[in-house]
Amino acid sequence: MRSIISIFLLVVIAWGMITVLQEIPFGSSETRVGQRYIDQGREETGAANIVTSVVLNYRGFDTLGEITVLFVAAIGLGAVLSTNRKKKKREIESASLVLYTGCRFLFPLILLFGAYIFIHGHLTPGGGFQGGAIVASAFVLVYLGCRGRRISETGSKAVESLGGLIFIGIGLAGLAVGGRYFLSNFLPKGELNTLFSAGVIPILYIAIGFKVGSELAGVIDHLIEDSE
Amino acid sequence: MDIQGVIHFMQNYTYYIGAFGLIFIGLFIMLVKRNLIKVILGLSILETGVNLFLVSVGYISKGTAPIFSNASIEGKSMVDPVPQALVLTAIVIGVAVLALALSLAVRLYQHYGTLDLRQIREQRW
Amino acid sequence: MMIIVVSLFVLLMLVAAVAALIFKDLMSAVIAACMVSLIASILFYFLQAPDVAMAEASIGAALITAVFIVAIRRTERFEE
Repeated sequence: MRSIISIFLLVVIAWGMITVLQEIPFGSSETRVGQRYIDQGREETGAANIVTSVVLNYRGFDTLGEITVLFVAAIGLGAVLSTNRKKKKREIESASLVLYTGCRFLFPLILLFGAYIFIHGHLTPGGGFQGGAIVASAFVLVYLGCRGRRISETGSKAVESLGGLIFIGIGLAGLAVGGRYFLSNFLPKGELNTLFSAGVIPILYIAIGFKVGSELAGVIDHLIEDSE
Repeated sequence: MDIQGVIHFMQNYTYYIGAFGLIFIGLFIMLVKRNLIKVILGLSILETGVNLFLVSVGYISKGTAPIFSNASIEGKSMVDPVPQALVLTAIVIGVAVLALALSLAVRLYQHYGTLDLRQIREQRW
Repeated sequence: MMIIVVSLFVLLMLVAAVAALIFKDLMSAVIAACMVSLIASILFYFLQAPDVAMAEASIGAALITAVFIVAIRRTERFEE
């Protein structure tokens, strides 16, 4: 009965969607704001990757809101899962030798790859969010292979707060120096397609990378705690 | 319907079919299933579908990715970067919201001893 | 030629989503959802969105699966 009602509801929604989709043919996007970003983005921001310049320059204020949402979700998760029971010390079954050695070997390489992704965010595909997620998945690997080893909670909180502070500090500095809007690009743009270009964008992406990485690793850490 | 018609239909609607298939399967899981973790799984599938739809709306036929990887690339036929930036942030917010929902589910399980929504509603406290 | 490959990927993705709907074992359902995310990231690449493809592969396929598996370990594995 329940599934019949659900299917009826979905059919109604699908009919509405199909009616709307007749108006949007595939492969002929006609928004003009995107074309303007593509035409002017290289001169105005100096970043070769237009998606990066949209995320951090034209829509930088949105990104501030987004990392705030991420921060609030991480805090809420910690508050929901915190218990005032004493943590029991239990015997942890250690992983096999192959898994342990493989994790020890791969961990620095994955960290390096994540750092590469978020440092080159303005030149190649990638950026702070993807690089931060890759760094966090390196910590997942550590929880898998080297049981009983934890990241220090104060350290991860400090890195996270520092990333957020750098983001807001650069935004306010842009407001003070550039004088027009939050996060305005006040550093020299440099030459296109070189590592030291695009003004504040690489610094912001490095800050976001550290913040997202430590936040997601902290989320995994909170969830995995005393589940063994 | 001849073979040309089929290919034309597929070129126009394949991505839309995939995106809306995911949206409807995710909604169906959320409406019908009673296990909390299954409901959250449906939410994740729904989110993937919505992201796929947004990116496919911004696509231009025979377009290139919006990256000037060398100086000779022209910006005439690039796909729309705005939906891509939107989806990029949406994915990251999605994982945070999903982790928060799962932590609430874990707390409910510790309190009631079950993940079934009917039994949780019966027990009340 | 390209469109046939894309159609096969879309078909596989929908099959994986239906599998996530059907499976009673939550662990199998989570792995099926991981497969949905992975194929979606390939489709993002075909749609000329490499940034989004990278985010979907690293977050959707790796981190979300890890979060789900940890949560299943703290609760129960089978539905009903």
